Amino acid sequence: MTKKQLNKLILALLIGTGSYSVQAQMSSVTAIALHTQTSFNSEASQLTEAAIKVVDFNGLKPYLEKGNDTTYIINFWATWCAPCIKELPYFQQINDEFADKKLKVLLVSLDFERQIESRLIPFIKKHKVTPEVIVLSDPDSNAWINKVDQSWSGSIPATIFYNKDQRMFFEKEFTYAEIRSILELFDSDEF
Amino acid sequence: MKKLTILTIAILTLTVNAIAQGYQVGDKAADFKLKNVNGKMVSLADFKDAKGYVVIFTCNHCPFSIAYEDRINDLNKKYAPLGYPVIAINPNDPAIAPDDSYEKMQVRAKEKNFSFPYLFDDGQKVLPLYGATRTPHVYLLEKTAAGNKVAYIGAIDNNHQDASAVTEKYLENAIEALRNNKQPEPNFTKAIGCTIKIAQK
Repeated sequence: MTKKQLNKLILALLIGTGSYSVQAQMSSVTAIALHTQTSFNSEASQLTEAAIKVVDFNGLKPYLEKGNDTTYIINFWATWCAPCIKELPYFQQINDEFADKKLKVLLVSLDFERQIESRLIPFIKKHKVTPEVIVLSDPDSNAWINKVDQSWSGSIPATIFYNKDQRMFFEKEFTYAEIRSILELFDSDEF
Repeated sequence: MKKLTILTIAILTLTVNAIAQGYQVGDKAADFKLKNVNGKMVSLADFKDAKGYVVIFTCNHCPFSIAYEDRINDLNKKYAPLGYPVIAINPNDPAIAPDDSYEKMQVRAKEKNFSFPYLFDDGQKVLPLYGATRTPHVYLLEKTAAGNKVAYIGAIDNNHQDASAVTEKYLENAIEALRNNKQPEPNFTKAIGCTIKIAQK
């Protein structure tokens, strides 16, 4: 471990109960996405973007292992999760600030599937949520929580920061300053 | 460089603490004395004939907890007479989650006819011992001559959204294992749940 990596590790640990790994290479994306596109009626069709995608874990997997130049922030949240709602504006702010950079925020909602139209879409509209939102609907969470991160106990909010070389996972609520300091740890000329 | 060393030590201490936090399967679980929704204090030791305990950290406000209320009630009705009573504990700080106050617990227990004690971890004293992180979070204890041993930690089953679509009844299988003098397999599962709301120090 180089001194630089050590410093990064220390910073990551100071910020929270993060798990940190430098990945030699990202595994190539081989999973076939099982995107189950829901058909939406009146309410959803008012969304300007394409309808909200609902995926199972196999459908989510490609989003967690993109081996390109972009840095991704994957935030697991739900409309019913108070600490998630508290930190959401910070992720939105980051997403907007770096809109022209190689940084992308993806909000993975764990809202119940039956509440997408009654809760999630109204929430997205009301709060003018700009980052992409997809719904992870895969009730057998014991089967996939460890695949997101071994250290995750299953509570939300939880967030992954990754690019093709680095990956960090946190099971905690973030402040804006903390998100910025995590991004500092990523080698990027972009931000 | 000296600074770095101090930092490193601080971090190692933090990390070790994080690992040591809460019970693992096989650990002896502490008893407690917490106030039930009926005003009476409840301890594990009160259940003289118990062969074990289904300790569930749960609460009023969390949608996952709500989704499991009826299933928890049914589990207690089935297993309390067989020696495995459910003991539900609300570990949340009502200052952060107002719906999880003691008074609101009383209301909810009445509405849902809880057949099990629903205890309030006032001051969050029991929570750090067990190390629950989310609601619901189950600790199945086996009563042994040497104390109450943690036999299973984790989820109730594998489908919070739909009880009829469950294919793995983790908790029920674990209780059945103990009833047959076997150790649960799996003895540890994970599930998505609501973060336990811990008071700001």
